[in-house]
Amino acid sequence: MRTPPDAHGMGLRTALHAEWTKLRSVWGALWLLLATIASTAAIGLIAVAGVSCPSAGCDADPAKISLAGISLGQAVIAVLAVAAIAGEYSTGMIRVSLAAVPRRGTVLTAKALVTTAVALVAGTIAVPGSVLAGRLILPGKGFTADHGYPPLSLTDGPVLRAATGSVLYLALIALLSLGVATAVRDSATATGVVLGLLYLFPILAAVVSDPDWSRRLQQIGPMSAGLAIQATTGLHDLPIAPWAGLGVLTAWTAAALLAGGVLLRLRDA
Amino acid sequence: MSTATITPNSSQLSTGRDGFRHLLRAEWTKFRTVRGWVIGMAVSGLVTVLFGLLAASATHSSCDAPPGQTCGSGPIGPAGQPVTDTFYFVHQTLTGDGSITARVTALSGIITYPQSNPDAIVPGVEPWTKAGIIVKDNTNQGSPYAAVMVTGGHGVRMQYNYAHDTAGGPGLVAAASPRWLRLTRTGDTLTGYESTDGRRWTTVGTARLTGLATTVQTGLFVTSPGDVQVQQGLGSGAARHHTQATAVFDQVSLHGQAAGRWSGDGVGGANGTDLERDHPAGMTRSGGTFTVTGSGDIAPVDDPGRDIERALIGVFAGLIAMIVVATLFVTAEYRRGMIRTTLAASPHRGQVLAAKAVVIGSVTFVAGLLATAVTVPLSERVLRANGAHFFPVATLTELRVIAGTAALLAAAAVLALAVGASTRRSAAVVTAVIVAVILPYFLAVTSAVPTAAAEWLLRITPAAAFAIQQSVPPYPQVSGAYTPSNGYFPLAPWAGFAVLCGYTALALGVAALRLRRRDA
Repeated sequence: MRTPPDAHGMGLRTALHAEWTKLRSVWGALWLLLATIASTAAIGLIAVAGVSCPSAGCDADPAKISLAGISLGQAVIAVLAVAAIAGEYSTGMIRVSLAAVPRRGTVLTAKALVTTAVALVAGTIAVPGSVLAGRLILPGKGFTADHGYPPLSLTDGPVLRAATGSVLYLALIALLSLGVATAVRDSATATGVVLGLLYLFPILAAVVSDPDWSRRLQQIGPMSAGLAIQATTGLHDLPIAPWAGLGVLTAWTAAALLAGGVLLRLRDA
Repeated sequence: MSTATITPNSSQLSTGRDGFRHLLRAEWTKFRTVRGWVIGMAVSGLVTVLFGLLAASATHSSCDAPPGQTCGSGPIGPAGQPVTDTFYFVHQTLTGDGSITARVTALSGIITYPQSNPDAIVPGVEPWTKAGIIVKDNTNQGSPYAAVMVTGGHGVRMQYNYAHDTAGGPGLVAAASPRWLRLTRTGDTLTGYESTDGRRWTTVGTARLTGLATTVQTGLFVTSPGDVQVQQGLGSGAARHHTQATAVFDQVSLHGQAAGRWSGDGVGGANGTDLERDHPAGMTRSGGTFTVTGSGDIAPVDDPGRDIERALIGVFAGLIAMIVVATLFVTAEYRRGMIRTTLAASPHRGQVLAAKAVVIGSVTFVAGLLATAVTVPLSERVLRANGAHFFPVATLTELRVIAGTAALLAAAAVLALAVGASTRRSAAVVTAVIVAVILPYFLAVTSAVPTAAAEWLLRITPAAAFAIQQSVPPYPQVSGAYTPSNGYFPLAPWAGFAVLCGYTALALGVAALRLRRRDA
């Protein structure tokens, strides 16, 4: 039997189609998508409802507060991304997948594209929703133009950067999780590793008393560096500049995907 | 030869205590024979220790102490806890038993750059401003004392040895409503009295200062703590504004073997700040009237090192690993179909769940206890070797933190097991439990959400359990920044732990119900 001349192109397109079918039929992806949006919005609302700015110069960042929900939303997106590959290992489905599309890189690429698409959809709904909630609620909490806080608006440069960056952040976390899960192959362990990577750096940074170490930990942690993209005030005091921070997260993601891709190629399924 | 008790028809036997013991043994055998789980548990213990040591070795002394001495320590009170002991003291020596009496006729003060008016020094008295009479072992910071005082907003108080506080009559001091205060010494016992007219006296409280020197310093004192404003925004969470108070005393009398003349001293140093260049601390006397000005506090410190909590930072990493192992302990059975064998061997599903909970709870408790019991003394040594100070806490508190943290790990592991038995989906369970236990703590401690929201998160989520690690209690008589970002939890240690146990019990109940109702 001959392979068709455009095997590679067909391979990716069929693989994408297959992944999309699996996603919408198996993982409860719709529920996870809704959970990502709901959890992001919920934490954002808690943060926005609890903050107040009684006088001018109250040293708060309204955009960052409104987008605080990303810290929870990313965990749900991580579950979705981990399930995309580790779920196949637990059911043995991965052997069918790899038999159908023998190029393992293609399988991983297709999964990465589909997962990224879902994360981007979740982010594109959750992030502007959180900004809107901040815009509506924060002025009642003292974040008024008198106190130096015009209403949040996506036409404002830094706010737009924070919002776009948060959507990208969710996509990068999804890819990071996919890479880790491909390397680890067990969904519970992969989730533990991903959430550990995300949450441990900022907790350590908050506790270490040496300010240099604290800063260093915030610079290298995927979450603390990546979320620098949300800052719109006090940019000079940030441990890492917004886009540089997102770059650090991208490096983590690339490393995880690379490790996952290499291991997928080298190991038996 | 004794026969094995497990026989093919043992399902009838396994209803009793004996059956449960077999179940326990079966579950323990499952646990210890799966290499990944044992490794996971060992890893979780190791990371707990390693992260703690890393945090300790990243902490160096940040002051210029003479070689061989530790720094950052500040005064230590008689009970061994770090204290603040700064005030203006007008004193004489008193030998043996005796008493001191004085009348306070005015208390006023200034607050620097408060939030309401950040550009000015405004008049105002901090509610815990203290002015009164004191008997103190000596003029060194941290020495034992007992004092009766009027305050800026909490009426008359008797306080002794930094941590103890008894309320007297309410009301503020003014020229029209002065307060008489009296402190008598009989052996080691000091009794405080108050009066509005100098004739009818009521007892405020008594203090036993064991080992108080025969010759002590007694006299008038004034101190005024920083004005703390907890910000509802983000960031550091609290701002502290320097304050100063001035009190006017008259009718001062001393009974007993007193010696010398009244002399004024700034205990803990005075007139060192910029404010005090223009508003100096000190004492002026005209006839029998003393006007005393001072600032500072005589109280436990509200921002001690939290060194024990810091030493146990690795618990977060260990906790994640334990949650993963505990989840797999049940979900792996579903994945492999082993659960059908388990339930065929022991049809009492509730008992199977109980046995699993006991095994994973005990294993995590023991592993956690080993890790925490090793970490705390080790990081104390590392800190001391770095020349940094390790804030001492009472032995019982230290034991509570160490054992309580291990119990927290066990309760969280059982929670993961129970949720795993209900939902059977490993990734979702691990995420749900990590998010429920760690994320609220993270949001609260890193000031990612405002203080009010942070306190609610630490009341109603399983993360409330981290209150078990709080080594320093908040003192109602200290104006402190008692916020989660400073390490203070809204719930008492065991109450916080009980919140987590409540969630665990609820999850176990739901799991038992669903296990019974569904096919495996």
